[in-house]
Amino acid sequence: MNPGDPLLSVENLALSRGGRALFAGLGFSLGPGGLLLLRGPNGAGKSSLLLALLGVLRPEAGTIDWHAEEPPKLHYVGHQAGVKTRLTLLENLRFWRDVNGETGIGAEAALEEVGLGAIGALDAGYLSAGQTRRLALARLLVTDRKVWLLDEPLAALDAEGALLAVRLIARRLETGGAVIAATHDDIAGMTETLMLGAAA
Amino acid sequence: MTAFAAILGRDLRLAARTGGDALTLVLFFVMAAAIMPFAIGPDRPTLQKLAPGLIWIAAFLAMLLGLDRLFRADEEDGTLLLVRQATIPLEAVVAGKVIAHWLLTALPVLIASPILALLLSMDMAAWARTVLALLLGTPALTAFGTIGAAVTVSLRRGGLLAPVLIIPLAIPVLIFGAAASTAAAGSGAALLFLAAISLVSVAFCPFAAALALKVSSE
Repeated sequence: MNPGDPLLSVENLALSRGGRALFAGLGFSLGPGGLLLLRGPNGAGKSSLLLALLGVLRPEAGTIDWHAEEPPKLHYVGHQAGVKTRLTLLENLRFWRDVNGETGIGAEAALEEVGLGAIGALDAGYLSAGQTRRLALARLLVTDRKVWLLDEPLAALDAEGALLAVRLIARRLETGGAVIAATHDDIAGMTETLMLGAAA
Repeated sequence: MTAFAAILGRDLRLAARTGGDALTLVLFFVMAAAIMPFAIGPDRPTLQKLAPGLIWIAAFLAMLLGLDRLFRADEEDGTLLLVRQATIPLEAVVAGKVIAHWLLTALPVLIASPILALLLSMDMAAWARTVLALLLGTPALTAFGTIGAAVTVSLRRGGLLAPVLIIPLAIPVLIFGAAASTAAAGSGAALLFLAAISLVSVAFCPFAAALALKVSSE
């Protein structure tokens, strides 16, 4: 695979949920270093598109081509953080590191990175919404994966946390990865914006 | 392998942290069997005769009680969606959870069974036969339960539906289990049938449950 080749090509994609068509004829491609922002009003299908790329939702029509033998493993941050409240922060991260593969930085280093290094031994149930979101971002660091799918990555984060998320995204892009984010905020980078239609 | 061990270890660790669940299950098992003499009457020979069947029913009910917990928490906090991107297939994740679930629901029941043997005035040999049958039969109950839990996980109020779905599937387990627990001729064959049902259902259930989880999240 050459450096300039796209990681992902989507053609003529149509999605519907609960019998209601969300969008049809959607197409885009994403190469290394590409950041795609999904925009649109609530209910336009931003999250559904991410789930379709994740392989959870089956598209009505169209193709999602990862240019690989089989779809690569992705990182996904959704509304639910996948955090167990009765485990400590470190135990949560080590679990994801074991499950997703130990290809990133260590759990302690990842916690330092997202500004939770001092409370690694705390039960995750005591975290605020913003801290839980930071922990979810730390999960992206303990395993190295090329493509990140982020659903409202800046939600619940304070100003410093938002900067942190943007910095993590920028670093992922610099090292040849690609990020697709559904967001209402502005994220700097080699941005392409995909406007999803108005909600019916 | 690391990922499989992580799934198994995390479920066990979570259960240890939450504590009460396994103990509640054991208490339910003991009490369900302990109230049966009150309904049947204190006639010792009758109780002795019925004891293996009573223990099977109590163990079965106790295992139904724990079913809803199998996937519910992982579904609610998003873990179930994220493990689909794990290095191991979803089927292997489910297999890890099935083993953890058996260790957390069936094993405590087996350990608590001597208490019931005392309460129901079973002799040592009858208790040993029943425990052996439970040891061979409970994996099948867990396997069927896993499929039921996977099918109903997306239903918000699916708590009671899973037991209703799997009770018909569990009938052969109860038939052979009760037969294997007696000293009558043919109990050896029943034990073999029980082992066969367990082997087949345990091998089959991760695939069926993973498929159900995938379909239900669409």
